[in-house]
Amino acid sequence: MENFSLILAIVVVTALAFDFTNGFHDTANAMATTISTGAMKPKVAVAMSAVLNLVGAFLSIEVANTISKGLVNEDGIQPEVIFAALVGAILWNLLTWLVGLPSSSSHALMGGLIGATIASAGVSAVHGDVLVTKVLIPAIAAPLVAGLAAMFASRLTYKLGKNANGEASKKGYRAGQIASAGLVSLAHGTNDAQKTMGIITLALVAGGAIAPDSDPPTWVILSAGIAIALGTYLGGWRIIRTMGKGLTDLQPQQGFAAQTSAATVILASSHLGFSLSTTHSVSGSVMGAGLGRKGGVVRWSTATRMFIAWGLTLPAAALVAAIAEYATSFGTWGTTFVAVFLVASSAAIWVVSRREVVDHTNVNDTAEPAGVVTTALAAVAPPPAGTVTEDLTDTTPASSETSANSSASSATV
Amino acid sequence: MHIDWAALGSVFGVSLIATIALVGLFTLGIVGLSRHEQASAQGGSAALSVTGAYACFAACAAAVAYGIYLIVA
Repeated sequence: MENFSLILAIVVVTALAFDFTNGFHDTANAMATTISTGAMKPKVAVAMSAVLNLVGAFLSIEVANTISKGLVNEDGIQPEVIFAALVGAILWNLLTWLVGLPSSSSHALMGGLIGATIASAGVSAVHGDVLVTKVLIPAIAAPLVAGLAAMFASRLTYKLGKNANGEASKKGYRAGQIASAGLVSLAHGTNDAQKTMGIITLALVAGGAIAPDSDPPTWVILSAGIAIALGTYLGGWRIIRTMGKGLTDLQPQQGFAAQTSAATVILASSHLGFSLSTTHSVSGSVMGAGLGRKGGVVRWSTATRMFIAWGLTLPAAALVAAIAEYATSFGTWGTTFVAVFLVASSAAIWVVSRREVVDHTNVNDTAEPAGVVTTALAAVAPPPAGTVTEDLTDTTPASSETSANSSASSATV
Repeated sequence: MHIDWAALGSVFGVSLIATIALVGLFTLGIVGLSRHEQASAQGGSAALSVTGAYACFAACAAAVAYGIYLIVA
């Protein structure tokens, strides 16, 4: 590794930082429903997700190889371009975390790469049709597929399980949620930790530290796995709150249906060759599960803000990355400036976030009052079939009675 | 522009069917167990429900194992 230059070291560190933000941004995907329905205690949930992410990182290097081999032309790409792309992706991840909106980390990374490539090689270097097939259509399809599946699944589980109550059903839904959430965590580790491995490997190839077409070195796999696990354990509580409580109120039945649908969609899509974003699938399935319960309401104001964030993810990350790439073209001081800017803005976002701390203690508080549309819809919709207990972290029989009541009354409506 | 409608369609179909089948099976298992719970509370037994419940859970466990296989492979 005699060619391990300063810029290469910066790229590796930045990539690991992105991996870390990816971890805490996406904890919500696996664990938001499990936490909000009280199936697991918040700290235990994120710890389990972290471990499974770490395990997932070691399971395969398939995804890493598709990124480092062939997705971009290895000859033309400079470490500075990758650095600029990562800066754009990290800043977007932190910003969406600050406002508590789930958005796709993969889209942020893709946006960063596109922006940095445009700044260094021009608009012609980006394939518009790839953008449509790999980004636009999946972003629309994922929430639809997962949402429909979750909606029908919640209806079915309420219908079938209307006579099931008591200890057995409570335990059952809890185990089901934990299993499906674990599956999502594992899939996330194999997918997203490997994206970072792929990026680092790409940078190492671009910087001449390792030969083209190499597999990721062991230290890359290890550090990427650890970075994403640490991020996951830290927990993006703001996003967990939006997903678990902000979009809709979930009962254990719905949480189970939502998480099963998300796990199925993620696995089916990655296996059948039409990759869908984890974030989009989970958000869609949570909303679908919300609609699947009689009287369940989706808070469309929160959902709309989330959709807007999805739409902005790619262009915003691209813009930041393009500016960063432009700055690095001025040489060492430009790169230094971008690095300082990244650290300073990350610190600023963190400082702002401390004004209103969201952590494992208040993650299940309702995020915000219902919006105008939601209230109007709730007024015309049939009355809720059971009140959702606000404090679902306690495991007193009260919560099981609530869900039993609601399933009984939803059967009679 | 080439959009792989076939892949998208199969993702749609497989996800929908698999999710509903899994959730349905699991719920049946829960129903079986809670029937057993009620029966034993009244001093009876519901051996058939319990057997059925464990068959449902076994099928779900097999699906999870297949999921893990897909992740690893």
